[in-house]
Amino acid sequence: MYKVISSIKIRAMLKINLPPGSLPPNAEKLRSEVRDFLAKHLSDYSSAARAKSWAGSDPAFSELLGQQGWIGMTWPSKYGGAERSALERYVVLEEMLAAGAPVAAHWIADRQSGPLLLNFGTEKQRQKILPAICRGHSYFCIGMSEPNSGSDLASIRTKGVKTKNGWQINGSKLWTSKAHIAHYMIALVRTAPPNPKNRHAGLSQFIIDMKRPGITIRPIRNIAGDDMFNEVFFEDLVVPNDMLVGREGEGWSQVTAELALERSGPERYLSSYQLLYELVSELSINPKERNAIGVGRLVAHLATLRQMSMAVAVILEDGRSPELEAAFVKEAGVAFEQGIPSVAHDLVGRSILLGAGNFDQVMAYVTQAARSFSLRGGTREIVRGIIARGLGLR
Amino acid sequence: MTSASSQMVADTAEKLFSEHVSVNSLRDAEAGRWAEALWCALEDNGLTTALVLESEGGIGATWGDAFTIALAAGRHRAPVPLPETMTAAWLIAASGITPPPGPLSLIDDDHEFTFTQGFVTGKCSNVPWGRNASAVFVANKSLVLISSQKQWQPDINIAGEPRDTIVLDAFPVLSSELGNADRPSLVRLAGAAMRSAQMAGGMARAVELAIEHAGIRQQFGRPISKFQAIQHMLAEAAAKCAMARIAAEIAFKTMDNSPRNIATAEFEIATAKIVCGEAVERVTDIVHEVHGAIGFTEEHELHFITRRLWSWRDEFGAESFWAERLGENILKRGAQKLWPDLTARDIATP
Repeated sequence: MYKVISSIKIRAMLKINLPPGSLPPNAEKLRSEVRDFLAKHLSDYSSAARAKSWAGSDPAFSELLGQQGWIGMTWPSKYGGAERSALERYVVLEEMLAAGAPVAAHWIADRQSGPLLLNFGTEKQRQKILPAICRGHSYFCIGMSEPNSGSDLASIRTKGVKTKNGWQINGSKLWTSKAHIAHYMIALVRTAPPNPKNRHAGLSQFIIDMKRPGITIRPIRNIAGDDMFNEVFFEDLVVPNDMLVGREGEGWSQVTAELALERSGPERYLSSYQLLYELVSELSINPKERNAIGVGRLVAHLATLRQMSMAVAVILEDGRSPELEAAFVKEAGVAFEQGIPSVAHDLVGRSILLGAGNFDQVMAYVTQAARSFSLRGGTREIVRGIIARGLGLR
Repeated sequence: MTSASSQMVADTAEKLFSEHVSVNSLRDAEAGRWAEALWCALEDNGLTTALVLESEGGIGATWGDAFTIALAAGRHRAPVPLPETMTAAWLIAASGITPPPGPLSLIDDDHEFTFTQGFVTGKCSNVPWGRNASAVFVANKSLVLISSQKQWQPDINIAGEPRDTIVLDAFPVLSSELGNADRPSLVRLAGAAMRSAQMAGGMARAVELAIEHAGIRQQFGRPISKFQAIQHMLAEAAAKCAMARIAAEIAFKTMDNSPRNIATAEFEIATAKIVCGEAVERVTDIVHEVHGAIGFTEEHELHFITRRLWSWRDEFGAESFWAERLGENILKRGAQKLWPDLTARDIATP
């Protein structure tokens, strides 16, 4: 009676199906453990500090998380990991972000450097580095962009030359978040001359010990007053041979795999959560119709982005590469978190004064910090390019 | 239903719409011709009573199955009240009455009817396909059976779909003991979910058309899909489609948790209607921009989707209605409850 159709005349079937994922049965227990922990350890943490979200760092807090087993929590136990699922990790991350916990110190190591080493690192590298990350003792920064390179990563000029003592590296990295507190950098370095026929060839990744001689770090203050990013100079820096990650010349494909991990997490829609919290606080005193409508719209988006992001976590957990889906989360998530200050401006509609209280302080910070949301982790333009490729447009 | 039969329902819907809906049939429908062949095919295959339990003569589909049917109906711009009929048949059957045959319709919460002792008096406009309906279900309370077409004053929405007005003076109610009178009613809730799924399907099709057009249309010596300006607009639209679809799907999945009392899924339904309705704005802007002047012509098929999207976002509560419902509750509960309340919905979401 039922005949499966075979002749749909659609060439460009839109690849947008993100099947909803669901959390594991033990998620609620874990969630309440995390909430109790946060209530205990962040009881006197100010709203202004929480507003910094995953840009705020506190090594002592990272160490406490390490003791809980909440860093590297999906990694094998032989490297100090807790062998939990990606969705359990998701619960921990989103609770941290919703509370505005200072997670920046270990964030990069947990999100991408550790997974990079699990994918491409040597056994020796893993044993040396991963357990310290899990303890909350070892922090990473990412040396990708460079002066004059911007988003065009293939154009980097920092050079690595093989010598008898190891790799000699010269050049500089720019916009390197948290380089000043990081123990290691994963640096993308040109190890073969540029090949005009294959711009992505000749790049390699190295683990750089930030305490080695030949490294100078220049802090760069951002418009929100944070000392978040830096310029890092290498002058005849020598990196031992065994600190090459993966294979020489394979840096581009390794970086591409790594970047997919950083586009779809809860940090792509929760960066402004503290402002939403303060906005709801501010408007609860005066719940008129237009305030309710404004807040209702925001929360509808928040709930949906969370579902999208969890759906991508399921795809990752299954071992598939969700490049297009992750880009959808970043595109839509960043538009949401970047748009909250404008909605708050519209609904509250008065001058923001930094001495005036929590709402004002958080609003002032997020209004300025939000500029970076569509720049970091691949600009909006790069992300739209990735989606366009996924749609078959390029 | 098993997942195999769910797949069959989805495939059947896709097949019937592909066979029966064309630009010509859409023009006919807009000229006022009832799509009899499509309707009979849908009825013969049980889709019109999909949500009615097997023991009550339906096929016992889940709300999740209804999502795929409504998504396909939206994607194909089906010019018949299938989402309305599925919903009305479900409501009627759930009240212990066998749903009457033929197309059914729904009366949303903004009617001006008053009910007294088995009679209904007052006016209601914007009834989908009222002129074709063998029965209309009035928000929760009553079932009104209307056999004479003469009582309807025909009207249409932006897309030219029938949205008719009826004035009743002591008209006999078939049954007045159906459910309760809560607001938003089950009609508005289910209607909003159905329109969300239709919007998600329609938007996906609109973006597909735009992608196809951009690949074929040559300007300045190359297909316009090669221009970054076009690529970025379509990327933005596709992300909005992905978001709309998952919002709608989550709403239906949550309705399946408590299939007879879908009011427990109000948060997800409201969210879906807001997210899908808002997405319509940017997605229709973009698909028309990409199509250029040809997409603004009657002869091109794009408007058969976009004009429907503009209508559907208004129906069964616009974004502002649902956002106010959500927002009022959030402001009442306060900032400290916002995150815990949101994550607590996971327990409701299977």
